[in-house]
Amino acid sequence: MVIIQEKLDLVRFNVDKEPHIRVNREACKGCDVKPCVYICPAGLFTLSDGEMLFSYEGCFECGACCITCPRDAIEWNYPRGGYGVCFRAA
Amino acid sequence: MIGKFDAIVVGAGPAGSTAALILARAGLKVILLERGEYPGSKNVSGAALYGTRILHELIPNFWEEAPVERYLTRRVLTFISPQSSFSLDFRTTNFDQPPYNGFTVLRPKFDRWFASKAQEAGALLVPATVADDLIWDGDMVVGVRTRREDGEIYGDVVIAADGVNSLLAKKAGLRRDLDARQVSIGVKEVIALDRKTIEERFNLQGDAGVTYEFAGSVTGQVYGGGFLYTNSDSLSIGIVAKLASLVEKQVKIYELLEEFKSHPSIEPLVRDGVVKEYSAHMVPEAGWRMIPKLYSNGLLVVGDAAAFNLHTGIFSEGMNYAIASAAAAAETVKQAKAKGDFSSRSLSRYRRLLERSFVLQDLKRFKRAPDFVNNPRLQNVYPITICRAAESLFKVEGSPRRKVAKVVLGQLREDNLSLWQVLRDAIDGGRALIW
Repeated sequence: MVIIQEKLDLVRFNVDKEPHIRVNREACKGCDVKPCVYICPAGLFTLSDGEMLFSYEGCFECGACCITCPRDAIEWNYPRGGYGVCFRAA
Repeated sequence: MIGKFDAIVVGAGPAGSTAALILARAGLKVILLERGEYPGSKNVSGAALYGTRILHELIPNFWEEAPVERYLTRRVLTFISPQSSFSLDFRTTNFDQPPYNGFTVLRPKFDRWFASKAQEAGALLVPATVADDLIWDGDMVVGVRTRREDGEIYGDVVIAADGVNSLLAKKAGLRRDLDARQVSIGVKEVIALDRKTIEERFNLQGDAGVTYEFAGSVTGQVYGGGFLYTNSDSLSIGIVAKLASLVEKQVKIYELLEEFKSHPSIEPLVRDGVVKEYSAHMVPEAGWRMIPKLYSNGLLVVGDAAAFNLHTGIFSEGMNYAIASAAAAAETVKQAKAKGDFSSRSLSRYRRLLERSFVLQDLKRFKRAPDFVNNPRLQNVYPITICRAAESLFKVEGSPRRKVAKVVLGQLREDNLSLWQVLRDAIDGGRALIW
């Protein structure tokens, strides 16, 4: 079992106050595949008692969740300019 | 931020910086927009930069000033089973002379440097700015809308270098949503290791470097592979896996990466290294088949936004196609500017230039390769069969030896592979890669 948080702790995120991705969790309720739980390389989609939990703070802005969601439940966008993931140049 | 430019380039990766550099040098008024805090801050590759000749033409002897890590003189393709590995190891002293055949780079450093060259040439670099939408005048693109106050920017032409998810190409109707069968996701760790250890461990001298690519059980039942590249004083190690395959098998890619790092053939290579950073990005992998429409009135699409990536199992390249496609786009814009005509008809020259260059020729020539690479036997069976056959061949037990053909046929039978199937796959592979 990999603790993804340890990996995310190595990355700099300029977290914006407003989320750049919104999940329609009502749509998740009827979804029996939930690819987002597996596909997100930051493990940002988790299930708690069958309820979808999502946090945008550690997002790599890769876009994988959006294109694999079978229910179009993900409203995906880039964060505001300068916000979000920031890989190190040094 | 209101202004009128000759060219608006969206995205300061290798494609965007190439286009901005060439156009600024030609005296055009160019703005280069980047959504990250600085160019490269959102960009991820393995990263091996090939096709150094075109960059050398743009910036002679670029390696003397660019933040390149190591020049590549050795390339290893390794088939992996859970316990074993079998490698094809190529190295040559012919690649250790300028202009070199390729370099490892770290994208945040390299892309930042490259964009600074476009800036020096006169392009206006504006980071921390997302271009969300196009501005239209009838059926002509005349600018971009950024998410800043008064964020409309006007220009004669827009070059969309906005990466694999290209919102602009989509907004212009040049391409549809990405298909999970056509893209992969890559995750990577940069692992710090001192120079001396890297040189000893990888049998390297000075600034020479090696790239390893891995096929087989690295990704379990998922379609994909692993890589390990040497930087100056770090390693880049990662997994690239088909998105649709991860969904189907319900596997988390970062768990594959952890298993990969603990494989008996890999662990000694990364031992005692300190993980500095983890990253992830999507890769447009379907090649020829996923190329969008490349231009429309006032708009050109370059680099990953146009899916210019070659992934065939033996090659996996993107930055050289990004640079070459952007150079073709810039040449097209220069001529369009001279004629004062930015219509789709005028910009169609871009496609003709690409057809004459290696960009579309390579993608077309290897158009069967993505399907071939996604053959389940190639992904999950043959690499392991090769490892097992090698093990039987090399095992010394005091019993009579069998000749190679017997060993291989025996292994095929054990792995439930018919010779007929193997021959058919070999022919497919041949058509995809060899003839």
